[in-house]
Amino acid sequence: MAKLKVVHYLNQFFAQIGGEEMAHIAPELRQGVVGPGLAFNQAFGDEAEIVATVICGDSYFNENLEDAKAKVLEMVKSQNPDIFVAGPAFNAGRYGVACGTMAELIKNELNIPVVSGMYIENPGADMFKQAVYMISTRDSATGMRDAAPKMAALALKLAKGEKVGSSAEDFYIPNGTRVNFFEEERGSKRAVNMLLKKLGGKPFVTEFPMPDFDRVEPNPAIKDITKAKIAIVTSGGIVPKGNPDRIESSSAQKYGKYDIEGLTDLTEASHETAHGGYDPVYANQDSDRVIPVDVLREFESQGKIGSLHRYFYTTTGNGTSVASSKAFAEEFSAELRNDGVDAVILTST
Amino acid sequence: MKLELGYILIKDIQFSNVSKVENGTLFVNQDEIKALVLEDENIASCELDLARPGESIRITPVKDVIEPRVKVEGTGSIFPGTLNKVETVGNGKTHVLKGCAVVTAGKVVGFQEGIIDMVGEGAKYTPFSQLNNLVLVMNPVDGLKPHEHEKSLRMAGLKVAAHIGELARNLTPCETEVFETPSISEGIKMYPNLPRVAYVQMLQSQGLLHDTYVYGVDAKQTLSTLIYPTEIMDGAIISGNCVSACDKNTTYHHLNNPVVHDLFAEHGKTLNFVCTILTNENVFLMDKERSSDWSAKLSEMLGLDGVIISQEGFGNPDTDLIMNCKKIEAKGVKTVIITDEYAGRDGKSQSLADADAAADAVVTGGNANEVVVLPKLDKVIGSLDWVDTCAGGFDGSLAKDGTITVEIQAITGATNELGFNKLSAR
Repeated sequence: MAKLKVVHYLNQFFAQIGGEEMAHIAPELRQGVVGPGLAFNQAFGDEAEIVATVICGDSYFNENLEDAKAKVLEMVKSQNPDIFVAGPAFNAGRYGVACGTMAELIKNELNIPVVSGMYIENPGADMFKQAVYMISTRDSATGMRDAAPKMAALALKLAKGEKVGSSAEDFYIPNGTRVNFFEEERGSKRAVNMLLKKLGGKPFVTEFPMPDFDRVEPNPAIKDITKAKIAIVTSGGIVPKGNPDRIESSSAQKYGKYDIEGLTDLTEASHETAHGGYDPVYANQDSDRVIPVDVLREFESQGKIGSLHRYFYTTTGNGTSVASSKAFAEEFSAELRNDGVDAVILTST
Repeated sequence: MKLELGYILIKDIQFSNVSKVENGTLFVNQDEIKALVLEDENIASCELDLARPGESIRITPVKDVIEPRVKVEGTGSIFPGTLNKVETVGNGKTHVLKGCAVVTAGKVVGFQEGIIDMVGEGAKYTPFSQLNNLVLVMNPVDGLKPHEHEKSLRMAGLKVAAHIGELARNLTPCETEVFETPSISEGIKMYPNLPRVAYVQMLQSQGLLHDTYVYGVDAKQTLSTLIYPTEIMDGAIISGNCVSACDKNTTYHHLNNPVVHDLFAEHGKTLNFVCTILTNENVFLMDKERSSDWSAKLSEMLGLDGVIISQEGFGNPDTDLIMNCKKIEAKGVKTVIITDEYAGRDGKSQSLADADAAADAVVTGGNANEVVVLPKLDKVIGSLDWVDTCAGGFDGSLAKDGTITVEIQAITGATNELGFNKLSAR
């Protein structure tokens, strides 16, 4: 089988043209390998080889962004490659941004596998880690021998259409997508080892970095509740008996919108819960326990609230991803607003 | 407190006229077991079946998995306060039938009952595919309410496991292991230079069908408390819950708690394993605050340097986990937490329902939302009727050709938060 064709992107420094004083050079296409390309060719073995190298000065790239992007893209395209590799850029910031920019552009324009590599604190890492695979490297060129085989291996994997493993297995910078894999040791042993390191003041790596949490500020209070139109939204899984839309008992992929016009009480015969995350017995006996239709109807007739909205929206919160919840709410919040709803009672379980 | 576990290795399981253990084979008399189960008037029928590693068998819906054990020396008996008298266990000698389990299955109680595949893709995710399983498929009498239904199945499992455990009473173990916890003051004298470490075990206690029992006491009615780790090996904690199959701690998990075992492995070498702190996961905010206050306070009183905190379940208990972590760290005690993730089927969503910067050392059992395709297997023990509606399943999970597409959430023990497995995520 013919070797896969690779185009490699380098800056002026790694192309051995010069340092900062040569950072102004415009994009240039050279046939074959240049500098670190050798390490890549070794790593690719019989499966792939670098057919051409595109070199661009870091200042040129960043100061003439649109022009540089177009030129580099054209040069890469002219080689009709199967794979594009950029860098590694280690901790060189402008180079990292250039690698990320080109990798993303080529991935989108030429639809071929792309891989870059850089130090996790390189500004290019945060900017592009979700767009393209980036191997996590050391902060200086001493990491080349380690980085090149990892970048080459991932590039080949992508080119062959093989499943990419977790960031821990394939050495890329975590990109926000959690991927399962089997560790060498069981979780409890890993926990003991991690604790021993933490107690000893030694470095350790958490398996799940805590995210920045999304906190929602409450809206201002309703001025006159006796005039307000109130809707019920729940993650408690209340549905008409029989769960007509088959909302999942966990990890809901949909929500339901159900009419409660004329209903003053939810009963064992009319409603139930689809939720698999709590004891359903009491909710099934009387779904008003989760969405208080009965009390709201009383309030409505006594004039304590303006009115109860004709529909309630429901899903199961159990094991349902935040992304799905957000997507559901974005959709039905617009409906609620269009229907003139002033306030929502949001019940969980 | 000192306990010796004697392991009798079970390599095969067979039905027979006489129940016994011989040359590594567990022989079970079906009638004897059925009669035992049917003593409970709430159970209408009980069918027995066997499932061995590598066989093309799927067991579902699974409620609990229990390892047969028997106390041969020391105070108390196995499963104190639930099946047997409440006397303290965790000392003396206990014989373990290693390599087998009693699995309770049958008509669904809640939504959260799981799948055990003995071969194929699913088998990789559940540790119970590696065991010789005696499966009890039990159906309740008509009209039995879910709470009574769950209790009957729970007690039947314990009864059968203890009954089979008795077969090991007079056998000679192939292997033994000794676990010893000194008193607090002895420990300080014995290991003056080692960090003092405890294990904070969070017990699922969200309510009926989501309960755990400690010496027979419903964990949701307890204050955080102390227990010798060896007590857990004698069945002081049993599962009564129907939390999602992937991260419920079955009774088997409790008996073989891997954090306890791995901390004992380092005890006296790199750390001093002081004790286990039990705390619960109730639904009310006041309970959460109280229980986590108490686990932090106990950590402080014990003069600990570090703890490992394990969770059970997800979502609501994520808040208990983070409270425990935050409050214990605030006492100057270092923490590592073990959890699992619900990052969506694409792995791109937020993994936990709560977070805090104090939780800087996390071990994960993997993303429970990840989808797997389980091949059709030759035999089903139990029923496939609930595959679409169990937690982790969805409308269309069970295809016409018999394959099942589910989140690993539906597989018993897949993302265990005691760290029982090697599965993880990044």
